[in-house]
Amino acid sequence: MEQSWRQAKTAFAAIAVPPLVWLLLFFLVPLAVIWAYSFGENVGPVTIDLTGTFANYMRALEPLYLQIFWKSIIIAGLTTLLCLIIGFPVALAIAFASPRMKAWLLLLIMLPFWTNLLIRTFALIAVLRENGYINFTLEWLWNNASGLMTLLGLQPLGEFEPLTLLYNNFAVVVGLVYVHLPFMVLPLYSALDRMDRSLMEASLDLGAGHMRTILLVVVPLAAPGIASGVLITFIPALGAYLTPDLLGGTDSQMIANVIERQFKRANDWPFGAALSFLLMYLTFIAIAVQALVQRRGERRGT
Amino acid sequence: MNTAARARERKEKPGPLEYMRQWPLRVTVIATLVFLYLPLITLMVFSFNDSRRNIVWQGFTFKYYEKAFNNASLMEAFGNSLTIAFVCTILSVILGALTAVMLWRFRFPGKTVVEGGMALPIVVPEICMGVAMLVFFARVMPWPQGMPWPFNLGAIIIAHTSFAFPFVATVVRARLASFNRELEEAAKDLGASEWRTFWDVLVPHMQPGLIAGALLAFTLSLDDFVITFFTAGPDTITFPVKVYSMLRFSVTPEVNAASTVLIVLTVALTAIGLHLQNRNEQKAKA
Repeated sequence: MEQSWRQAKTAFAAIAVPPLVWLLLFFLVPLAVIWAYSFGENVGPVTIDLTGTFANYMRALEPLYLQIFWKSIIIAGLTTLLCLIIGFPVALAIAFASPRMKAWLLLLIMLPFWTNLLIRTFALIAVLRENGYINFTLEWLWNNASGLMTLLGLQPLGEFEPLTLLYNNFAVVVGLVYVHLPFMVLPLYSALDRMDRSLMEASLDLGAGHMRTILLVVVPLAAPGIASGVLITFIPALGAYLTPDLLGGTDSQMIANVIERQFKRANDWPFGAALSFLLMYLTFIAIAVQALVQRRGERRGT
Repeated sequence: MNTAARARERKEKPGPLEYMRQWPLRVTVIATLVFLYLPLITLMVFSFNDSRRNIVWQGFTFKYYEKAFNNASLMEAFGNSLTIAFVCTILSVILGALTAVMLWRFRFPGKTVVEGGMALPIVVPEICMGVAMLVFFARVMPWPQGMPWPFNLGAIIIAHTSFAFPFVATVVRARLASFNRELEEAAKDLGASEWRTFWDVLVPHMQPGLIAGALLAFTLSLDDFVITFFTAGPDTITFPVKVYSMLRFSVTPEVNAASTVLIVLTVALTAIGLHLQNRNEQKAKA
């Protein structure tokens, strides 16, 4: 049973004060300052007047920025969907593997997560760029095919044109999926692992195929796990900065890149602050929606 | 056993427990692992390649490692990163453990608010936290300029600790759930002071959680780019920020070499952490 704080006031103070002060001073105060700045105006090169204006938010709702918000949501949503499509069978396979195999597979899925994000993105550049591994392999295949056609007396294929796989939206989505896949697999795995397997056996015994069993039995049972996997993939993908910055082209700016520009280059802190808070509100909305879905699922389950 | 019998045997047990045996799933798993690992493995292999274009294998060399180790600013950044991660881990483990004990042990008014507040650094987008830290250290609490190393890293250490300690708190709190509160009462009945009970009864139980949390804090700090990017000054560059600026100029094999060192380091640390955890679990079982 939890103890009331009144019963041990000194102990409570000794335990609670350091983390609470830290959280307040080094997290909540910085956020509060940004929040205040989002209602401010630039009056000099370094002075910001807190005038209580909504102009920054109005500007953020202009079509140009609204479109970037929309694009970020689409890219993050597509990333989440792809992670779910790839991650679900992987999680299913891990959950039903032998215990020894399971431990190894989980470690293999988790290990890239411990590797530096920048390094992983950099590694992808070497794969996708114009003279990268994919184009290199394709060129080799192309030239061999071309040689084979000449050998058969046919017209050779002509010059190989490298595919543009980098610095576009495609690269951003590939990069985001690459980085966030472990986030999706782990919650899916833990939901599938806890599931009552006799229900699946019953479904199979009663004549449903594997696809039907998965869609009609496994997916509903694993819904809470799917919901949390979707959430923890979507949130970081929505606020991604590094991936669109390094892999994207001029038209693949996401919202985080715009925020960075306001603070580092355009030096328009109030507008950047407003954009940051809009991104944060979007994140909170996503969390609220997930909580709602989860609660509804639980109510149906009981 | 002839092939027909073996084939029949395989057909006879298509139980749902054997998804890993079915080829579509097996192919998916293998393809996913290839997708996750091939870029990293090629990066590591080609850091030994004796060619600048690093796409065709030209022969084995340590040249780029030598270059990376002789690159003073890269090594300084590496040292900064390790120092920051080390101090941040100590602070995060202390603060995280206190948070976990506070939320686990006490009932107090506004507890839900505190719980929500502690979850905030985990869910707030990195970019928002980064710009908040930038403004905070530029306007509200400027970190003194020209401090001697390692005190010039203070701002980055504070920023990293702010996002790392709630993660530690989550891990430690999960561990505390398995603690038998009667043990604490027994220690107190036998005359142990509040402090002794905490140190000799509660902390040993938390230990696996503390190790796992420390490992998490260390890698989170070492890994962080976005928040550091906004808090780092010209003389406080960390490894990811340095690699980022190198990438902006050109992709050199030197970056491959430095990255390989960092990958090996984190993998080794993870292996040690997992090993310690396993040993603890086995000890607990015995």
